[in-house]
Amino acid sequence: MSAPHRDLPPLVDYVVVPFLNLAVAFLVAGLVVLAIGENPLQAVAIMLHGALGYPEGIGFTLYYTTGFVFTGLSVAVAFHAGLFNTGAEGQATLGGLGVALLCLTFDGAPWWLVLPFALAASALFGAAWAFVPAWLQARRGSHIVITTIMFNYLAATLMVWLLVEVLGQPGSMSPETKTFEEATRLPFLRDFLTPLGIDLGQSPVNPMVFVALAAAVFVWLLIWRTRFGFELRTVGQNPTAAVYAGIDPGGIVIAAMLISGGLSGLMAVNEVMGVQHRLLLEFVAGAGFVGIAVALMGRSHPFGVVLSAALFGILYQGGAELAFEKPAISRDMIVVIQALVILFAGALEHMFRPALGRLLARTETAGGRT
Amino acid sequence: MSDLASFVDLLAPVAGSGLRLSVPLLFARLAGLWSERSGVVDIGLEGKMLAAAFASGAGAAAFHSPWAGLVAGIVVSVALALVHGFAAITQRGNQIVSGVAINFLAAGLTVLLGQVWYGQGGRTPQLANPERFLGLDFGTLGLDPHSPLGRIWGDVISGHNVLTWCAFLAVPITWWVLWRTRFGLRLRAVGDNPHAVDTAGVSVAALRYRAVIVCGVLTGFAGTYLAVAQSAGFVRDMTAGKGFIALAALVFAKWKPLNALGACLLFGMLDAVAIRLQGTPLPGVGEVPVQVFQALPYALTVVLLAGFIGRSIPPKASGIPYTKDR
Repeated sequence: MSAPHRDLPPLVDYVVVPFLNLAVAFLVAGLVVLAIGENPLQAVAIMLHGALGYPEGIGFTLYYTTGFVFTGLSVAVAFHAGLFNTGAEGQATLGGLGVALLCLTFDGAPWWLVLPFALAASALFGAAWAFVPAWLQARRGSHIVITTIMFNYLAATLMVWLLVEVLGQPGSMSPETKTFEEATRLPFLRDFLTPLGIDLGQSPVNPMVFVALAAAVFVWLLIWRTRFGFELRTVGQNPTAAVYAGIDPGGIVIAAMLISGGLSGLMAVNEVMGVQHRLLLEFVAGAGFVGIAVALMGRSHPFGVVLSAALFGILYQGGAELAFEKPAISRDMIVVIQALVILFAGALEHMFRPALGRLLARTETAGGRT
Repeated sequence: MSDLASFVDLLAPVAGSGLRLSVPLLFARLAGLWSERSGVVDIGLEGKMLAAAFASGAGAAAFHSPWAGLVAGIVVSVALALVHGFAAITQRGNQIVSGVAINFLAAGLTVLLGQVWYGQGGRTPQLANPERFLGLDFGTLGLDPHSPLGRIWGDVISGHNVLTWCAFLAVPITWWVLWRTRFGLRLRAVGDNPHAVDTAGVSVAALRYRAVIVCGVLTGFAGTYLAVAQSAGFVRDMTAGKGFIALAALVFAKWKPLNALGACLLFGMLDAVAIRLQGTPLPGVGEVPVQVFQALPYALTVVLLAGFIGRSIPPKASGIPYTKDR
């Protein structure tokens, strides 16, 4: 790969360029809102107030953020190995199956006892769902984007079958498992904070928000502070060089995808054990796909991932408020914003570099002359 | 003779509907072929099809003509193709990422606009028969409609709409243009060795843009077929992964126009058989859950991609942005 553009100073590279890309994405999203016949500025005001204006809104924002941190980290780890994991949605779905099976087996046991095993089960199931596409990519060269998308569809049909025919409750029409006992459910943060005077209302944010932050630290350590992380990045940047360095790219590809699938699976603990307290269809609700935008926007760095997950948390919670106040702007607007972020922060990320480079060069020469 | 007659009785309707179900795959697969032969990987076939399906449904409903739907479908699909072209060719961005963005853009915008314009949960209005592409009636040719030959004529060959004929005509046309004309030779060369084409004084970008536009036109046909011929209007997520299945068929076909006819027909037949077998117990197995049939095309796609049926090598420069050496 040749570098087509002039090297920019780190400040421009890591702050100005992503900010410009993001700004353009939101500008285009604003045009879409305008085309629908609503006022974009008013929409932004409603969203910001709904997401950050009062403690309950912040609680909801943190709850959405928790899920996006997991899926964003999942996609980011795969990116570092040069893989594009579009299957976070399906992996999280299977993670949910793992959590639900565990919680149903140990129904009634205290949550703090169940939680470590629930984390392990969700990660294990998510990783297992990523294994076949990973193996096919590593050993047969099958395109991982297509295979993981196919596994999303397969996960969805598997879930319908399981919830209708196997795990569903007899006598109930809705495809879902029975609700877990009170003791096994994760507590809500509102249970601790509302007595202290912070009124989180009905917001479902739960201790998984701390697990998400821990996962971000774990990914940072893994990618930049371990031998495995070094090998993973080497494979991602230059598989041929990796072979000369004695690294087996296939093995790294499989390992990276297992970690990625496991991180996606963890997202399900937040939903199934923390909020819904039962397994139901489509509980992932697109969080797996949001992970792609989150990873691209966060430039695959855990710190960036946490920041952009928070931004999407704001968008989701604010979007829910917006859809309530302005029914014309439905939740599908979020998918459009997500697409625009992927387009401008991902595919068109270099669009402003040449112009910025020229601008910098001009100011430098101008500065030299004076 | 009675055995043959009953066999044909059973098979002819399935074969006919299999042919019809394979049409969108065929269009999408040819679209992918044009794009990837020129060196531009297109994972956004799905999104372009979906957007075209929405535009054609809306267009046909607005102007009360299926042809208006087709034009609208093609225009929207080509517009998205140009966005992909701009990202992939001019900006040398990551083509996979750009394709994924287009898929999300289509998934979000179709439902958002559908809800704003029609308020039916993202659907476009139900199309009346004159607003759709319906099957063309060629008569019976003087055959007895109940004889085996008459059934084959009536159920399998006759009664298809004009887009189905277009799809099957597009296969030899694609082959002829890409393998028998100078333009086609250059287009394939630009996917294998863009430097050589550039040295010969032909613009790599111009050739790739043309390929991407043809890809957009073909996905426009595919989407229009879904919304205006096969169904009577657009329904959210109506492509259901067909764009990805088409890509797998392309890999299976080793990036050649004629090979994948079989793969697309196979998927179409599989769909038709699944629809026919739903709810009927199979001998020796008993009743198979519906979900097994629903999962089959996706599972088959994975198997095809696994390459257990022969190795397939993509055009050498596909997916790699072209940079002139200085």
